[in-house]
Amino acid sequence: MKYLSEYRNAAEVQKHLEMLRKTVTRPWTIMETCGGQTHGLVKNGILEMLPEEITMVHGPGCPVCVTPLELIDKAVHLAQNKDVILCSFGDMLRVPGSKKSLLQAKAEGADVRILYSPLEALNIAKENPDKEVVFFAVGFETTAPANALSVYQAKKSGISNYSILVSHVLVPPAMEAILNDKDNRIQGFLAAGHVLTIMGFDEYYPIIEKYKVPVVVTGFEPLDLVQGILMVVRQLEKGEYKLENQYSRVVQESGNKQALEVIKQVFEVSNRAWRGIGEIPYSGYKLRDEYVDYDAEIKFSIDIDKVNENEICIAGDVLKGIKKPYQCPAFGKQCNPENPLGAPMVSSEGACAAYYHYTTF
Amino acid sequence: MSNLTNLQCPLPQLDFDVITLGHGGGGLLTNKLLDKAIFELFDNEKLKTRHDGAILSFGHKVAFSTDSFVISPVFFPGGNIGELAVNGTVNDVAMCGASPRYISLALIIEEGLPVTELWDILVHVKGAAEKAGVLIVTGDTKVVERGKGDKIFINTTGVGEMNPNAQIGTDYIKPGDKIIVSGNVATHGMAIMSVRKGLEFETSIESDTCNLNHTIGHLLNEFGSQIHLMRDPTRGGVASTLNEIARDTQLGIDIVQDDIPIDSRVDSACEMLGLDPLYVANEGVFISFVDASVADAYLKKLQSLEYGENAAIIGEVVADHHNKVVLTSKIGGKRVVNMQVGEQLPRIC
Repeated sequence: MKYLSEYRNAAEVQKHLEMLRKTVTRPWTIMETCGGQTHGLVKNGILEMLPEEITMVHGPGCPVCVTPLELIDKAVHLAQNKDVILCSFGDMLRVPGSKKSLLQAKAEGADVRILYSPLEALNIAKENPDKEVVFFAVGFETTAPANALSVYQAKKSGISNYSILVSHVLVPPAMEAILNDKDNRIQGFLAAGHVLTIMGFDEYYPIIEKYKVPVVVTGFEPLDLVQGILMVVRQLEKGEYKLENQYSRVVQESGNKQALEVIKQVFEVSNRAWRGIGEIPYSGYKLRDEYVDYDAEIKFSIDIDKVNENEICIAGDVLKGIKKPYQCPAFGKQCNPENPLGAPMVSSEGACAAYYHYTTF
Repeated sequence: MSNLTNLQCPLPQLDFDVITLGHGGGGLLTNKLLDKAIFELFDNEKLKTRHDGAILSFGHKVAFSTDSFVISPVFFPGGNIGELAVNGTVNDVAMCGASPRYISLALIIEEGLPVTELWDILVHVKGAAEKAGVLIVTGDTKVVERGKGDKIFINTTGVGEMNPNAQIGTDYIKPGDKIIVSGNVATHGMAIMSVRKGLEFETSIESDTCNLNHTIGHLLNEFGSQIHLMRDPTRGGVASTLNEIARDTQLGIDIVQDDIPIDSRVDSACEMLGLDPLYVANEGVFISFVDASVADAYLKKLQSLEYGENAAIIGEVVADHHNKVVLTSKIGGKRVVNMQVGEQLPRIC
C-alpha cells in the first residue's frame, strides 16, 4: 500500500524515536486530538516506546464518545418508529443510550442499517418512498461534507422522505475548551490530519497565538505519530509555538474548497453539547433554515426525558485529558467493552476501549 | 468449484418455479422436490434406502461435528452457502485429526426461494462433497414462511474416522510450540463484507472457502503426534481462536504482525473500513500448533500442499503472560490482542 507501508517502517520509527530521546530534556504533556491517533498510538505499542518525559493525553476526538446520551436516545426512539429506517455508521450502534443501544433496538425489530456513506441512505430513501429514512449524522468536520451533500442532493432532487439527526461537532472549539479548563495541563497538540484536510489551517492560528501552544498537523500511521510528537517537542524545547504540517502528503493549507462550500451551503455553526464535557459555544453544526425540512429533530416531534450519566464514570475527565482511563474506579470492572458505562469504552477509538483492548498485560 | 459440475447437472424439469410452504409439508410436493433435487443429485447407496437415518460402520475412533450456516448474502464472491456448508463441517471434522466420510444435509428454506437458486446451491453442495470425498447420507428439508428465514439456512453434520497418528488437543500444547497459519487471513470475511448491503465496495476479493481435509491428512500422515493442535479460525478470526487456546492452555501466545500472511487487497479493504484483519472470519485457513523441532519441515510440506502455498510461522507458545495473546507490531511495539467483543463494526472515520 503506497503511502502506508512507508509509514510503518520499523527502522524509520526507531530512528525518529532516537531523535526524540536526544531532543527531550524535561517533561512535556501533549494531546493527540483524534481518536484515530489514540488508536494508532496504542495499537502499535508506541506509548511504551516513547521517552518517559513525554505524556500523551487522549483528546475528545472520538465522535462516538462525545455524542450526547440524549441524542442516542433520540436515535433509538426514531428507530423504534415503524415508519422509519434509521441508518448509521457502524460504531454508533453499540453505544449505550439511557435505556438501550441502537443494536438492541435492532434486535427488537427496529429497521437499523449500517452504512458507510449518507449518500447510500439517500438511495434507500429513493427505494422506499413509503418509509422515512433518517441518517444519524454523527462526526467531526471529516464526515460533514458527505452528510451535507446528502441533504443538498435530497433537496435538489425533491426527495422528501429523507432527514438527518445532526450531531456534528468541531475540533477547534473543543481545543479551546480544554485549554480554558482550570485543570488543563496540555502543552502542545497533534491536530487531526484528516480534519485539516477538509478545513485548512486558518482557524488554528488564533488558538496558537492566544494560548501559545504548538500545533502539528499529524497523520495516523506509526511514523506519522512519532514524527508529529518529535515536531511538537522540538517547538516546546525551543520555546516556540507555531503550526507545522507533518501530514503534508495529504493536507493543504487551504483545505478542500469544494467540501467547505457544501458544508457552508447546508450547515451553520451552532452551540453543541458534548457528552462528558457539556455545552461548548459554537462547537458544532446545525442545518440552515433553508434545509430545516431535513432536520429529523424538527420533522419528528421527539419527546425524550432528560437523563443523567452514570455517576461513577469519569468519561468527561478522560475526554478532557485530565485523567487516564485506568484512574477510573470502574475501569475493567463494572465498565468493560461488553458492558460499557460510558462511551469511551464503546468505540474502538475511545480512550478507555483502546486501553482495555491493548494494554492490559 | 469448477463450472463442470454445473454443466453436468442441468436444472431438472420441475412444475414449479419457487419453493412454497407445501414443499416442506411432507406430502406430494415434498417428494417431488426431494426426488428430483436431492436423491437424483446426491445419489449413493446409503441415501438410496430413503430411510430416516443412515447406518454407518467404522473401524476406528470417530470424530463428529455439526454446524449451521445462515450466511447473508447466500451467494457471495467466490462461492455460495452450499459449498460453505459442506466445507465448514468437513474442515471441523478434519481439525479433530479425522478423515471426514459422511455428512448430513438439512435445509431450512424460506418460502419464495426461486428453484434456480436452490438448484445452484445444491449443485455446489454436490461439487464440494465430491471434492472433499464425503457422501451425503441423510438429510431434511423444511420450508418456513416468507420473512421467517433469509432465503435458506443449512445445517450439516459430519462424521469421520480418526487418523491413527493423530494426538490433537490443547493438553498437548507446550511452551516453544510454533504457531503456523496455512494461508492468507481475513479473505472470506472481507469478500462477504464487500457485498453486504450498504457497505458494498468494488473489489476482486473472493472467499477462500475450500476443503482442508486432504491437506490435513497428508500432514497427519507425515508429522503425526508432533502436531499438537489444529483449529480453523472462522468467526472471530485468528485473534479469537488464539485467545481461546491461550485461555484453555493457561499459556501465553506471542505473534508477530509482520509474519501474518494477508492479501494486499484484503489488507486495503480492512484499512478502508477500519477493521482489524485478525478479527475477520476465515474459511479456507487453519492454524497448527506444532513441536518446534519439526516446525520448518512442517511449513515446507504445508507450502507444497493444496491451499498451503501462503503458509507462514506467525508465532509461538510461551511460558509467560499466561492467558494472553501478545502481538509485536510492525514497528516493534507490543500490545495485547484480546478476544473480540460482539461483532466488528466499521468505524466512522
